[in-house]
Amino acid sequence: MGLDKLNQLYRAVILEHAANPHHYYVVPDATNEKTLHNTTCGDTVNVSLHLDSNNRITAIGFAGQGCTISQASASMLTDVMLGKSKDEALAIAKIFSDEAIGKKHSKEELTELGDARVLTQIMEFPARIKCATLAWWALQRALLTEPGKEDHSD
Amino acid sequence: MTDWERVRDDFPELQQTMNDERLAYLDNAATSLKPTAVVNRLVNFYQQENTNVHRGTYQLSFEATERYERSRELVKEFIHAQDQREIIFTRGTTESLNLVAATYGEQNVRPGDEIVISLAEHHSNLIPWQQLAIKKHATLKYIKLNPDGQIDLDDVQQKITPKTKIVAVTHVGNVLGNLSPVKKLARLAHQHGAIIVVDGAQAVLHLPVDVQALSADFYAFSGHKMLGPTGIGVLYGKQSLLEQMPPYQFGGEMIEDVQLYHSDWDQIPHKFEAGTPNIAGALGLASAIKYLQKIGMKSIQTRDEELMAYLLPKLEAILGVKVYGSENPSQHIGVASFNIGDLHPHDVATALDMEGVAVRAGHHCAEPLVHSLGVNSTVRASLAFYNNQEDCDQLLKAIEETKEFFNGGLR
Repeated sequence: MGLDKLNQLYRAVILEHAANPHHYYVVPDATNEKTLHNTTCGDTVNVSLHLDSNNRITAIGFAGQGCTISQASASMLTDVMLGKSKDEALAIAKIFSDEAIGKKHSKEELTELGDARVLTQIMEFPARIKCATLAWWALQRALLTEPGKEDHSD
Repeated sequence: MTDWERVRDDFPELQQTMNDERLAYLDNAATSLKPTAVVNRLVNFYQQENTNVHRGTYQLSFEATERYERSRELVKEFIHAQDQREIIFTRGTTESLNLVAATYGEQNVRPGDEIVISLAEHHSNLIPWQQLAIKKHATLKYIKLNPDGQIDLDDVQQKITPKTKIVAVTHVGNVLGNLSPVKKLARLAHQHGAIIVVDGAQAVLHLPVDVQALSADFYAFSGHKMLGPTGIGVLYGKQSLLEQMPPYQFGGEMIEDVQLYHSDWDQIPHKFEAGTPNIAGALGLASAIKYLQKIGMKSIQTRDEELMAYLLPKLEAILGVKVYGSENPSQHIGVASFNIGDLHPHDVATALDMEGVAVRAGHHCAEPLVHSLGVNSTVRASLAFYNNQEDCDQLLKAIEETKEFFNGGLR
């Protein structure tokens, strides 16, 4: 098979996001945040965001270190989520999480993922699903934790 | 002389392809492959010999008990213990080490005492001691490593003191492949009235092991890392220590007499084997030992050294590859950990996977050690005697191609 197949996984857009990640910072006045660890490699990703009084994401950033896939995925996530309402953001995150466990979605739904739709091909590389989903899980956990309250569920 | 190419025929898993490429299985430190003889042993037990041990009154059960106890004797011979009662069957290295912490440690460690381990420990020889120290208000101390990954013997002199009750070290490191100076550590521990616990998980596939020559008080290892099945492991303990220790778990098989409000424990080793044991596992392990003994551990050791002496210089010579630990192949027992430039190990491992090369990427269950190398994770290639130069070459070529792929794409 060789490395040709790798091109499916490491598309130019992914390499670009990993090399120059978007919104790589910790939101200073974050209302919600969550750090998750990838226990297999020790990588971490932190997602922080600010929800305004209308429950809209007015700022979002990610921090941490990881592989190409995890960094690109987090970068793509921040692009998609900025400006979305909490409910919209959770719905989009669910589409991504579903894809990762093999539940298929329509083309229209996948469009909502923005650049991250290319990452749904991660299914072909089971060992890397966690790399791709870590940031999305962190976002879900951050949003589902009441502002100001720590999530100690892990 | 062993024909190493013919040895490969005993491991059918090697005959397959991975991602349409020839499989180069270089993840032996995670688990070894199983020779046909071991697999057949399990099948034969379950098909023809399956009965419980130590309780049947009929012929089949009597035979199963005999075979189970004969496995214990083989383990005793394999690690050169003095007495087969010093061999306890467990689920694996992790359970063996937890057993020592929960029994000997529980009984002997008091507030203010010290437990000394090295920075090279696998989590299974770290967390049991860390938690015991917390519970007992004892102090956990780490022996430093030299820049080449060896245990710093000067630091050992500082760390082991009269307050030390337990010294726990790995025999062979699972990230760097370094060989610990167990004999020297044992002497120091014993001089200070401490005992030494040795994690042999990474040693048993590569070296002849002699627990008496090492002066180990406890020696733990897993069957699955030495051609045996998963779910079976061994704890060796000196008879005098085992006899003083309380049981680890309670139930059938480990008792001599049970009253309503009082029980007496069976003799060692049965005192530590509550419940129906992993009978098939013990027989499979015995079969693995016979296989290893047929080739000879000395011969296997030489073979492993030759393979590493071939691989390591070539790996180090690749521009951008950093190999961790010693530059000396003899201090890489079965294991070479490395990174390629600033490529993430997971990206590297996926690329190698596409080329048919199975390696591990991550922190290898040794976070403190990997962090001490200044990184979060590494790629680890680990060899066994059934690997060959072709496997090494396949890895080296795949690394070159991986470099090209990512550097071409990124820059």
